[in-house]
Amino acid sequence: MSGTSGTYLGMPAFPAAARDAVRNETLRGNLRHATHTIRDKRAKAVAELDDWARLRAAGRDVKERTLRHLDHYLVQLEESVTAAGGTVHWAADAGEANRIVTGLVKRTGRSEVVKVKSMATQEIGLNEALEAEGIRAYETDLAELIVQLGDDRPSHILVPAIHRNRGEIRDIFRAEMGSWGRAAPAGLSDDPAELAEAARVHLREKFLRAEVGISGANFMVAETGTLVVVESEGNGRMCLTLPETLISVVGIEKVVPTWRDLEVFLQTLPRSSTAERMNPYTSMWTGTTDSDGPRAFHLVLLDNGRTDTLADEVGRQALRCIRCSACLNVCPVYERAGGHAYGSVYPGPIGAILSPQLRGIASEVDASLPYASSLCGACYDVCPVAIDIPEVLVHLRERVVEGGEVTRNGERVTIKPAKGHRGERAVMRAARWALDHPGALRAGQRLASRTRRIHPKRLPGPGRAWSDTRALPEVPAESFRHWWQRTRGGAR
Amino acid sequence: MSSGRERVLARVRRALADVPRDERPQDVRVERGYLRVHGDRTTARTVDLLAENLADYRALVHRVDAAELPQLLKRLLAAHGSRSVLVPPGLPPGWLAAADPVLALVPDREADTAYALDAVDSVVTGCAVAIAETGTIVLDGGPDQGRRRITLVPDHHLCVVRVPDQVVGSVPQALERLAPGRPQTWISGPSATSDIELNRVEGVHGPRTLEVILVDGRTEGQG
Ligand code: SF4
Repeated sequence: MSGTSGTYLGMPAFPAAARDAVRNETLRGNLRHATHTIRDKRAKAVAELDDWARLRAAGRDVKERTLRHLDHYLVQLEESVTAAGGTVHWAADAGEANRIVTGLVKRTGRSEVVKVKSMATQEIGLNEALEAEGIRAYETDLAELIVQLGDDRPSHILVPAIHRNRGEIRDIFRAEMGSWGRAAPAGLSDDPAELAEAARVHLREKFLRAEVGISGANFMVAETGTLVVVESEGNGRMCLTLPETLISVVGIEKVVPTWRDLEVFLQTLPRSSTAERMNPYTSMWTGTTDSDGPRAFHLVLLDNGRTDTLADEVGRQALRCIRCSACLNVCPVYERAGGHAYGSVYPGPIGAILSPQLRGIASEVDASLPYASSLCGACYDVCPVAIDIPEVLVHLRERVVEGGEVTRNGERVTIKPAKGHRGERAVMRAARWALDHPGALRAGQRLASRTRRIHPKRLPGPGRAWSDTRALPEVPAESFRHWWQRTRGGAR
Repeated sequence: MSSGRERVLARVRRALADVPRDERPQDVRVERGYLRVHGDRTTARTVDLLAENLADYRALVHRVDAAELPQLLKRLLAAHGSRSVLVPPGLPPGWLAAADPVLALVPDREADTAYALDAVDSVVTGCAVAIAETGTIVLDGGPDQGRRRITLVPDHHLCVVRVPDQVVGSVPQALERLAPGRPQTWISGPSATSDIELNRVEGVHGPRTLEVILVDGRTEGQG
């Protein structure tokens, strides 16, 4: 069981959590505003590049090559990082990763660390593990700070406090900053610039005295040993360059083969995530550099369910994800249910296919996640590495309903059909039928359009509770891809 | 530690049982049909685009001939109210010649603490390369750029780009010019956050003011 984080245990299954969220008007209002704003901006940023479809295909190919030869690239990465003065550690699960990091921090003799937002460390519950050893971890990303001070959980990959409005943020800052360090200034208003200034002042004292920094990474280059962190605020640069010791905890799927491969992702990631041509800051480092930045660099390579995911030939593609969050922002289910309903650090469409694979479908929440979708296909259309999320969803639904062989903690096991799901087998078979008819594929139609006729008015199984409160969005008759081929793509 | 290593690698290999044993990484096709650069531009137009995109992300952009650089730097530092400025070891000495008598020049020293850097008002650097399509300047720790922290802690960064030599059109062209082994910072506008109701707020932890000076290296001038 060490493969799972305790953070989200005891979460209600998706439908129950989503029902509560859908009834929360503030949350829904915040989410709708946020997702629509980012969605529209992203479309503009993407439209600036007339080779977007080819960049997307290249991103998919690079990740596919990496995953099919992951052992080769991990060993190469280890050699490069070691040659550049870094130390590489391997962690099969969350418990191992937490033990390694805690041990490294203890050896520095320090009792506090500064952290830059990292989904991998949230996934393994690192902050809690450090806390248990008397080490305080300070989150430094503004949104993470809001979440940490509010004793809350993140609800969006990129904008984790997307569910909080400015009034709530001001109240949290006023009430909580003092007990974590420098208090919020008297008379703090809810003006975003003032709130950002309060965060700057509050965190600066922590950065300046920091001796240990903890990060994740967006990419690791096997051929050179270079790690890449993409960010906006500068807290990443602070954590990566000011401390004496830097510890990066990174999922094994984040490796890319060559330096040149970055040319694809440094174009697609910023435009897909923050809808910018380029994000304000990108840091790249290779091991350690004499008299510039940390003297000690430790890379902890994290498995924690990733190899189990890799073992599934259909589900494997989820490991291509570069965590841009574009799929969240276009998802009609996410927009209404919010990130918390997914019961995992990975919300939205990507969470619906990643969490059940990383953690297995033993728990009710994980078994219900593949149903947290209307299969409309919008997530696939925007995904910069072309993950066919609907395909994986249908595959996982089948696994939930029919049971079968899966890999858990590196072992092949057979799981039984989930009891409450028997009634959905008919729907499953219909979806399978659509997938098994390549004629439909040749017509260039998306799964959603293919299954349009069998598209339920209400989501089956646990999804029903959610769809009872909402009319399901109409599936567009023409998919984005089809439209693309007909319009822009057809010009070539 | 090595047990974790063997365990993870063994799991990876087992998970990839479907991959044919004689398949090599390069056998997996990567279709690089994307563009090396977007659009056909003259050199002058590429520099203009850099200026436009930098300004679009709220960097303050200035364009001067090499001969005017010292006076401009002096003026910009004074306008910002700076009394001290960090200087990388290899910054061309002429650049701050005009500002020198008025300002305290603080050398980039390893021994200085982050607190000491926090007390300095501004920093002046060169850059390794600048990318027109994205409005990005890249620092790689070269002698005219110094340690990464000196462009991070002070609140005001003045970055000099020699045009057109240091300007490339695109991200792929920039990566070709850069050495992966050097620590790099890619900067596109001042630090920013959109975490509060998605309102963009400039200046969280990095310098709140970024000024980029495009210096025409060919002093004869050109069209
Ligand atoms: S699945 Fe695709 S769209 Fe969603 S976060 Fe990952 S890379 Fe982005």
